[in-house]
Amino acid sequence: MGQKVTTMMTGGGPVRVCVEDGVIRRVYPLVLDDTDAKEWTINARGYSFSPPRKTTVSPVVLTERQRIYSESRVKYPMVREDFDPNGARNPEKRGKSGYRRVSWDEALTLVAGEIKRVQDTYGKEALTGIVSSHHTWGLIHYKMSSFKRFFNMIGYTQIFDNPDSWEGFHWGATHIYSYFWRLGCPEAYDLLEDALKHTEMIVHWSNDPDTIRGGYSGQESSIWRVWMKKLGIKMVYIDPFCNFTAVKDAEKWIAPRPGTDAALAEAIAYVWLTEGTYDKDFIARKAHGFETWAKHILGESDGTAKTPQWAAELTGVEASTIKALAREWARKNTMLACGGRGGFAGAGRTAFGHDWARLMISLVAMQGLGKPGGNFWGAQMGVPSNFDFKFPGYSDPYSNINSPQLADHEMINPVKQKMYRNWFPDCILNPPFSWLGEGFCGKSLEQQFIPYTYPMEGCSEVKMFYRYGGSFMGTMAETNDWIRAYQSSKLECIVNQSIWWDPETKMADIVLPACTNFERNDISEWCNAGGYAKDGFCGNNYRVIMYQHKCIEPVGESKSDYDIFSLLSERLGYGEAYTEGRTEEEWIKRLYDLSDMPNVMSYEEFKARGYYIVPVPASEEYKATPAFRWYYEDRPCDTPDASPAKKDPATADKLGTFTGKLEFVSESLKQFTPDDDERAPMAKYIHSWEGHKSELYAKYPLHLISPHPRFGYHTQYDHSDSDWLSEIPEHRVVKDDGNAYLVARLHPETAKDRGINEGDIIKLFNDRGVVLCVARLTERTPKFVIHAYCSSGRYVPLEPGSPTSPDKGGCVNILTSKRAMSKNVAGFAPNSCLIDVAKWEGK
Amino acid sequence: MTRYSMLIDVDKCSACYNCFLACKDEHCGRDSMPIAKPQPENGHAWMNIINQERGRYPKVKVATTPVSCMHCDDAPCIAKAKDGAVYQRDDGIVIIDPEKAKNQRELVDACPYGVIFWNAAENIPQKCTMCAHLLDTGWKEPRCVEACPTGALVFGDIEDHTSEISKLMAQSELEDYQPEKGCKAAVKYIGLPKKFIAGTVCFADNDECVENAAVEVTAKNYHNRVVTNGFGDFEFEGLADNCEYEVTIRYNGYVTQSRKITTERDVYIGTVFLVKK
Repeated sequence: MGQKVTTMMTGGGPVRVCVEDGVIRRVYPLVLDDTDAKEWTINARGYSFSPPRKTTVSPVVLTERQRIYSESRVKYPMVREDFDPNGARNPEKRGKSGYRRVSWDEALTLVAGEIKRVQDTYGKEALTGIVSSHHTWGLIHYKMSSFKRFFNMIGYTQIFDNPDSWEGFHWGATHIYSYFWRLGCPEAYDLLEDALKHTEMIVHWSNDPDTIRGGYSGQESSIWRVWMKKLGIKMVYIDPFCNFTAVKDAEKWIAPRPGTDAALAEAIAYVWLTEGTYDKDFIARKAHGFETWAKHILGESDGTAKTPQWAAELTGVEASTIKALAREWARKNTMLACGGRGGFAGAGRTAFGHDWARLMISLVAMQGLGKPGGNFWGAQMGVPSNFDFKFPGYSDPYSNINSPQLADHEMINPVKQKMYRNWFPDCILNPPFSWLGEGFCGKSLEQQFIPYTYPMEGCSEVKMFYRYGGSFMGTMAETNDWIRAYQSSKLECIVNQSIWWDPETKMADIVLPACTNFERNDISEWCNAGGYAKDGFCGNNYRVIMYQHKCIEPVGESKSDYDIFSLLSERLGYGEAYTEGRTEEEWIKRLYDLSDMPNVMSYEEFKARGYYIVPVPASEEYKATPAFRWYYEDRPCDTPDASPAKKDPATADKLGTFTGKLEFVSESLKQFTPDDDERAPMAKYIHSWEGHKSELYAKYPLHLISPHPRFGYHTQYDHSDSDWLSEIPEHRVVKDDGNAYLVARLHPETAKDRGINEGDIIKLFNDRGVVLCVARLTERTPKFVIHAYCSSGRYVPLEPGSPTSPDKGGCVNILTSKRAMSKNVAGFAPNSCLIDVAKWEGK
Repeated sequence: MTRYSMLIDVDKCSACYNCFLACKDEHCGRDSMPIAKPQPENGHAWMNIINQERGRYPKVKVATTPVSCMHCDDAPCIAKAKDGAVYQRDDGIVIIDPEKAKNQRELVDACPYGVIFWNAAENIPQKCTMCAHLLDTGWKEPRCVEACPTGALVFGDIEDHTSEISKLMAQSELEDYQPEKGCKAAVKYIGLPKKFIAGTVCFADNDECVENAAVEVTAKNYHNRVVTNGFGDFEFEGLADNCEYEVTIRYNGYVTQSRKITTERDVYIGTVFLVKK
């Protein structure tokens, strides 16, 4: 029997793949051997801690074999049966009609012909395209690589991504402590050691480390929590849902009403101010505008003191608990963990979530940002690592086939017109559409205030949409609008290049089958996004650089993204401009050559072995540079962070804000939007525009919260009813109709009031739509909260193609509002969502 | 001689389901004869996690107990099987012979732990094999154990006193899952869920939690004492099922309070307000 074992990287960890006779037999974690670099050791409080000699994976990764061979794969090029490019296009039939199989030749001719026709007729800007948030792993084929090079080459209207996972930190935190070069998230260097040595308590505020997993880091931090439990570090969880980490290690769970977290934060500050239990020396040295803000908290400027009693009425948390929390926090060395990587948190995805983010930093600042054991740490990053070894993350300059370092000629998109992802349907259906900001504003604070209008003056509206897999039905907001946009006659042609029949794939006119990363070669490093998430690999216990071996031939007639774009380039008359005559393997080798890999391993050995573990200096030689310690100690920044302030010796000991200090009164906001009372220069609690003080509350008295999912990765790995994941009772439940319904959690009394029993099919509804879920009665939510994870990979409308149809796939984002976080902030706020629930009596 | 076992530390289980899924990856639709025929794509859980919500809002925990074949020395399935269709190997692993066990549906009900599943397509009962087909070709541990990120699952040779499992077993208080079944299970547990009594103590005359209140819990042959933490919370974990306890809360200058509580389930008594003497 022909058997081989190869190595592969995924978005949830590295794996080995056993292939027998051309078929995947098993996919399993990478276990290290004696020839791999040694593990690190942290000595703390009389113990020595080292990670096991293996890597861990996110649970979803163990279903790779199933999803690769899934029935929901797109196996052949397909064209919608009632789409005639030379006659009736029937856009209103999108989502309703079936497909006919065509040859690659016919599909490519059709797609290239439509691109050419649209661009010749209306201009290059009439084409737009976008990929989903998370593509399959591998630098050469990644969305920022092969997709970007192709579309920059032919020209297109770029669609800005919104930072949907950490909106509040992006739009808010940047105006108090800066870190815009990390899109508002903090550095996390060496904080695991710091926590193990010095921390007495961690306040997890809207943070579920065991579920968020540092984004790409598998279950790497699970073992840290075992260690922290051994050391007796107290864990407090502030979350409307007693999340999956909290049910295991919370000493205290506090459940504020969604959207009121800022009030809770203000009340904590009130206790510290009135009891004098904050780091006055640090504030005197490092804060700007603190006195003004303190007056606001104490009620001297607006007549309302932000007392625990005041906050108790808003949040539903007892005043006694708020006081106790404030006092525990002040007297213990406390880490604030407000989301994976520091900001990936549900509370930051609410109305005015930017001010929650600013208040989080205010609280850490008041206790001395960067002091030993007291810091700002999502508890998912910060292992001892080797930050000198050069290997690019996917957004680093030399990581992709369109970078000037890797390609002979970089392709620059000639089109200046832009759209904005969260409001793509509005751009299509109700132009003109205007907004402020570039989505990912990582180059400067100014980027947040650049005004845009679609269509841009002198530009055509978009006529053709080239979509790359995925499902914004499950990740954007108020997503029935996507169905309306998809059925608009303004979109003359829609292409979807996809691995699976994802919800949006079924809305396309032409479908091109792409293969997975297991069906092509590539190169990459685990959890290395690079760029705005520099050194993210410090969420892994080992740095793993991998040659991603093609394990099997592409399923059906699917092709790699690079191959598809190469073929389209030829058809469009670009010849070898796209490929520069290079094969996949030649690009891989070129990237290897640009990294530090040739210094440690020959290319042949790298390919044969499949991976390299980057060694970390032994603990006695390792020089830790804990995040923000430099700032606390008035030293120039000594961490590997890429702060622009570091470049000038005069500012190297400062933050990247206008004053270089923690701006309790933001000078940047004073400059750019001085009259904004929603994101005012000073952060404050404001009643949510969709919350318990809004008019809608009388009609819809329950808050829906929809955090990042535990058993899916955004929409990925959530493909069909028969998935192994659908058997996990905390994820989905298969009912008599064979449909695997998403679990919606509600309090038993909320259920009882509505005649709902455990396991019933229920409808979650408001004026925006209806989503069917299965009821899970639980004490893990307060009575006013419904919890259902966002990012369903399935959208199963009872009436296909109807933008008002109930969905039984579990796309709860159909219910969330697309309203901007606040008037000058182009973030979305899906956790400000009011609904009601009822037993589903329909069929 | 080698004798395999598994040690499951329930406190370390984070319910990531990696064990459950690794098992699926190894066995669903994939043959490992003569040890096992393919597991059906859906419906079997050779390694499962039992979720048990404990307590009530706002004091909630979830116990998650990985449960698989116990590889019993007194295995009821072996006793029930015809033609020696279930056998225990010399290394202790209990195997259902996929050929001999055909049509023996009664084996599903023979298992008191409910970990034998019926494969309708193959007409055979199936269960965990401890990945014997991998162990026999040099693997060090079954797939579920390899995929466990926290060390909640430990596998090894209990006859080898230097093995990790032997060392852990020597220093731990070992338990059987549902010991009343009395099957001499090879698989051992640490930290199986018991019952807790918890509560919060506040002053009646102001909005303050009471820290350092002395809380005692007593029952027949049991006595324990803690003080409330900064949140005024106390908790007694690891109490017996269905037992009557008396909880007494004392704080200098305040009226002592006591409650009688039966642990039919985990009990959060809510907030107890202390009144000045």
